[in-house]
Amino acid sequence: MIAVKKYQKLLINIGIAVVIYVLVMLAIQFGWVGRQLLSMIVPVCTNVMMAVSLCLIVGFLGELTLGHAAFMSVGAYSGALVSMNLPLPGWLSLAVGLVVGGVVAALAGVIIGVPVLRLRGDYLAIVTLGFGEIIKSVFNTLGITGGASGLSGIPLMTSYRNFTLVFILTLIVVVVVSNLVKSRQGRAICAIRDNYIAAEAAGIKVSKYKVMAFVISAFFAGVAGVVYAHNISILKPGNFDYNTSIEILVMVVLGGMGSIRGSIIAAVILTLLPELLRGVADYRMLVYSIVLIVMMLFNNSKFKEKLMARRQAAKVSKEA
Amino acid sequence: MDLVINIVEQLINGLRTGSIYALIALGYTMVYGIAKMINFAHGDIIMVGAYSLYVFYGILGLPAAVAVILSIIVCAVLGVVIEKVAYKPLRNAQPLAVLITAIGVSFLLQNLALLIFKATPIPFGSIIRVPSVQIAGIHISGITIVTLVVTTISMILLTLFINKTKAGRAMRAVSEDKGAAELMGISVNGTISLTFAIGSALAAVAGLLFICQYESLQPTLGALPGIKAFVAAVLGGIGSVPGAMLGGIVLGIIESLSKAYISTQLSDAIVFGVLVVVLLVKPSGLLGKIRIEKV
Repeated sequence: MIAVKKYQKLLINIGIAVVIYVLVMLAIQFGWVGRQLLSMIVPVCTNVMMAVSLCLIVGFLGELTLGHAAFMSVGAYSGALVSMNLPLPGWLSLAVGLVVGGVVAALAGVIIGVPVLRLRGDYLAIVTLGFGEIIKSVFNTLGITGGASGLSGIPLMTSYRNFTLVFILTLIVVVVVSNLVKSRQGRAICAIRDNYIAAEAAGIKVSKYKVMAFVISAFFAGVAGVVYAHNISILKPGNFDYNTSIEILVMVVLGGMGSIRGSIIAAVILTLLPELLRGVADYRMLVYSIVLIVMMLFNNSKFKEKLMARRQAAKVSKEA
Repeated sequence: MDLVINIVEQLINGLRTGSIYALIALGYTMVYGIAKMINFAHGDIIMVGAYSLYVFYGILGLPAAVAVILSIIVCAVLGVVIEKVAYKPLRNAQPLAVLITAIGVSFLLQNLALLIFKATPIPFGSIIRVPSVQIAGIHISGITIVTLVVTTISMILLTLFINKTKAGRAMRAVSEDKGAAELMGISVNGTISLTFAIGSALAAVAGLLFICQYESLQPTLGALPGIKAFVAAVLGGIGSVPGAMLGGIVLGIIESLSKAYISTQLSDAIVFGVLVVVLLVKPSGLLGKIRIEKV
């Protein structure tokens, strides 16, 4: 019975993915949506990848990083440089670029992950923020990345015309992360979040799993960066600043930290909404900050406790 | 000889920036000591202080002294309001929730300033008019003198306040043990509010000195000094008041020397590098105490 239920869930998820894919493909083919919305398709996918990978750190590991955009930029620059300079046919160079972008970002994840292992909470947040600033200033000074004027002429290979590829990549990220958190490693990561001292006492190697979560998250952020780079074809260090990291954090928080589905929905809505509501674009960041505060206050309020208690009571009476 | 003079001038520059960092770092460290949280919005209080000086002095045309006092009051009140609205309901929540809220508050202040004053930097003439001094060939600007005098006075007053007055003693008691302090009849909420008020007032002073030096207003002006002051607080040992002063000055000197002799663009990276090294080698900082975590 349980097995049947499991497959049912799997089938439903596959069904949802297929339906979304078909709908978007039809929309592209038959021009159901305007140019503006078409250009948003790939950013939605990259933001979903970013949000899901950040969800692994914030939602499941329970640590805060403010440098997620830095991993994205590392991946974007390295992937773009590879695909621009490799003498390979277009598709192959993109594939190599994706792998290189992910791996380089993962290496950055190791570099930042190993020293900050002993830090938690506030310290980790500040160090990752500092790391983001360092990366930005390095990209601003390096010659190979084009400095402040940016790296341009990246081949447009992941625009909405190649939606299938982007969709598959997004799907891979989502599937890998959601399976990871259900695995033994994922349970260890969640145990560290819930109580790291108890987890350590139970024999979980806290440092190992922390670095692991960091590296996997950085890898996918790097892949998202490569997709981003090949969609807009010009990279500037300013595209990956503190605000970008916060934006992704808002997606994860709004999605209900620790819920992958929530992160995906929040990423889609928060990417599309500002485009649809152009008039209030000035207030976007203001609204984001209020969302952060209100969500946290609500999550810890008596009001929510009451709501949850009522829900629980309703569930119990239904079963009885 | 020229080299010596150059180095001494760089050291004095470092001392000036460093004493501003120290003022800001004091706010971080006091709040951390008492509320066990890092007030991410602290850097943006600096920005609010700078803008309120601009409004009171530049727009409303109040006398400089009145404008300064009003700006400090605005920041102190803002600090208390932030604590009451955003942090107090989360006092028993997970650290992650508090952290995200603090980032939210910081972002909120920045974006409010962005909406009200727009992103274009506003030029703002310094309100400090003290002639510069020449000692043995070393040029010391008036702003440097004022900055050093003001920060020294603030630090002495703060040390006296913490060590000699009843409210200061209450503060130390609360940071030592909240529950026990409450049993002794200390109002914990009142003490926390007072700490936020003092910390924010110091940030306001730092903000005023900061814009007198840079003479330009921008909604994000507080972010970088805020983060650097945090580095200073960690360097000195977070939770320790003398540590924050020492850390601020050391960091200011490191920054000024690396700007002068290594690279201007990489000086920020060097400052963050200092943070990483300190956290790796001595996470409790120069003067901090090691806390053992218990289940």
